[in-house]
Amino acid sequence: MKELEYPFDAQYILKKRRSIKRELTADGSERIKKRIAVLGGSTADDIVSAAELFLLNYGIETEFWISEYNKFYEDGVFGNPELDAFDPDIVWVCTSSVNLKMRSDPSLSPDEAKDRINAELDRYKLLWDKLSRFGCPIIQNNFDAPFYTLMGNMDSWDTRGLGYAVNALNMGFAEAAQQGKILLLDLNRTAAEYGLDRWYDRSSYYMFKYMCARDAMPSVGYKLALIIKSIFGKNRKLLALDLDNTMWGGIVGDDGVDGLEIGQETGTAQSYYEFQQYVKDLTKLGAVLTVCSKNEEENAIAGLNHPEGAVRPEDFALIKANWEPKDRNLLETVQQLDLLPSAIVFADDNPAERAIVNRTIPESAVPDLDGDRPESYIQTISAGGHFEPTAISADDLARNEMYRRNAKRAELAANAGDYGEYLKSLEMKAEICGFKELYLKRIAQLTNKSNQFNLTTRRFTAEQLDGFKASDKHITLYGKLTDNCGDNGVVSVVVGEIEGDKMEITLWLMSCRVLKREMELAMLDVLVRRAKEKGVKRIVGVYLPTAKNKMVERLYPDVFGFTDIGGGRYELLTDSYEYKTKYIEITED
Amino acid sequence: MALNERDIYNRLNEVFRDVFDDDSITVNASTTADDIEDWDSMEHINLIGAVEDEFGVRFKMGEVSGMKNVGEMAQIIAARGKK
Repeated sequence: MKELEYPFDAQYILKKRRSIKRELTADGSERIKKRIAVLGGSTADDIVSAAELFLLNYGIETEFWISEYNKFYEDGVFGNPELDAFDPDIVWVCTSSVNLKMRSDPSLSPDEAKDRINAELDRYKLLWDKLSRFGCPIIQNNFDAPFYTLMGNMDSWDTRGLGYAVNALNMGFAEAAQQGKILLLDLNRTAAEYGLDRWYDRSSYYMFKYMCARDAMPSVGYKLALIIKSIFGKNRKLLALDLDNTMWGGIVGDDGVDGLEIGQETGTAQSYYEFQQYVKDLTKLGAVLTVCSKNEEENAIAGLNHPEGAVRPEDFALIKANWEPKDRNLLETVQQLDLLPSAIVFADDNPAERAIVNRTIPESAVPDLDGDRPESYIQTISAGGHFEPTAISADDLARNEMYRRNAKRAELAANAGDYGEYLKSLEMKAEICGFKELYLKRIAQLTNKSNQFNLTTRRFTAEQLDGFKASDKHITLYGKLTDNCGDNGVVSVVVGEIEGDKMEITLWLMSCRVLKREMELAMLDVLVRRAKEKGVKRIVGVYLPTAKNKMVERLYPDVFGFTDIGGGRYELLTDSYEYKTKYIEITED
Repeated sequence: MALNERDIYNRLNEVFRDVFDDDSITVNASTTADDIEDWDSMEHINLIGAVEDEFGVRFKMGEVSGMKNVGEMAQIIAARGKK
């Protein structure tokens, strides 16, 4: 529901919460049910009722148990029959600096000042220990900055200052979170985002024991909902990006790559660069990036290869750059990546495109990017909390993804009875075509750095390779290999030079990351077929030994079935060639 | 520009209907918490907040607990309401 997505109208939510709840619960969608115990240090009802709505919107139906005002410690430490019978899935300790029983006090000795901080920290440690009896995640607020200072700036560094105490306690809480004892709700940041002067409404505190202004309470409920939806696996997984005026300023099809605003030259260019950087950083949380853009694919790739940009085409799991409706492209994207429509976050500066996706894929998230203000994109997507992790660090998540792929291949290998079965289970697909502009850089890169699986180790520039592409005396091939664990990209390059009815293979190389996949056989099949079409009767392969390419010394005779004609040269008669590919599905241009 | 009484009651009606999610509510000067089923102490806070937002008025602490009926609320709004 749009009203519950960032940036939401807090007053509206507070006023309309009954009808919003009624509407959400009547929408017929499937929701998981969770019980949440709230141990509040102040009156938490308004926070809870907002959190309930955000969670319903994330597909989680909640039942809350709320402790009596400021009984959080007694209930948590000494137990409460109601709470114990409630059997919570989550315990939330909703405390704030209004619960700190201390003030800035210059009459304390330094030791006394430190002691009172440690005593407070120990109090919370005991609470968490006791709460661990529920065997469920404990979410704990850290402290917001105090609402006034006694010593001004000095409050924040002098150990006797309350500002210092808050910072020290927050550090202690962070350490507990690092040890896995609690999950932190960053109330300190929430208050800062809201603005501390507006955050504190002391009359609401004195009258109702509200820890912050009523209008700020949905923000706290929202932060809670982000953590809980993350715990229960309701995070989004995919960020599908428009390109023109979303990833760069300008329209690549009209302005050309050189006309795009991206990089460090202007303020606008910088804002797009930082957005690209942000988007790329999201992949470290395990977010998958794709492109969903109305463009010629060639132009899209060229734009993503902009030398001043922060992303590269390889950063995207899938690139849909065409003129089909975007909702159709998005649905195809999730299908191809084996995800659900609810995994989608769609980022587009164009309100019309967003409206269509909003309407046709209501499960997706479509942040309202303000196309006039590219500098606001990062904040708009970040505050949406779509990819917010909890239990593991960002590094772990990125590593996890890598391990996941390797583990999956290993699992397939272990489960397969023999090697052929394993190869079959990988469901490999190869795209084998003549050189394309799009991949020329990668082809040149591979040509100039491959040493081991490289028969001739000849180095060529991109221009020379481009020349082979244009010449009808040459057959050029690149091979791209995908399997059910992921896309390996362009991994093999072959060039043959034709003279009459004879062709010599001048270049044959492959990346070692796809060794033992029979990719080389798929390449040979395509090469022979194309050679035959050009009237070639005899193919000659050459092996030029170097210090590093011993692994392919016997490739032509032993693997490819060529005949040794001496001098490191081997020959194949195309008429008697038997096609060899068994496990790879080949697509050609 | 002072707010006129009829406008205040019309807008108060809307706020009450939103907060209690009940379109049958019509308030007048003598309406009290006893007249509306869901008007308990928690909803009172919410109601006060919604009224403050609607009229750009800030009630004083003593007023929040001292208001006897909707009429007193409307008087404060008439005196200090900003929108």
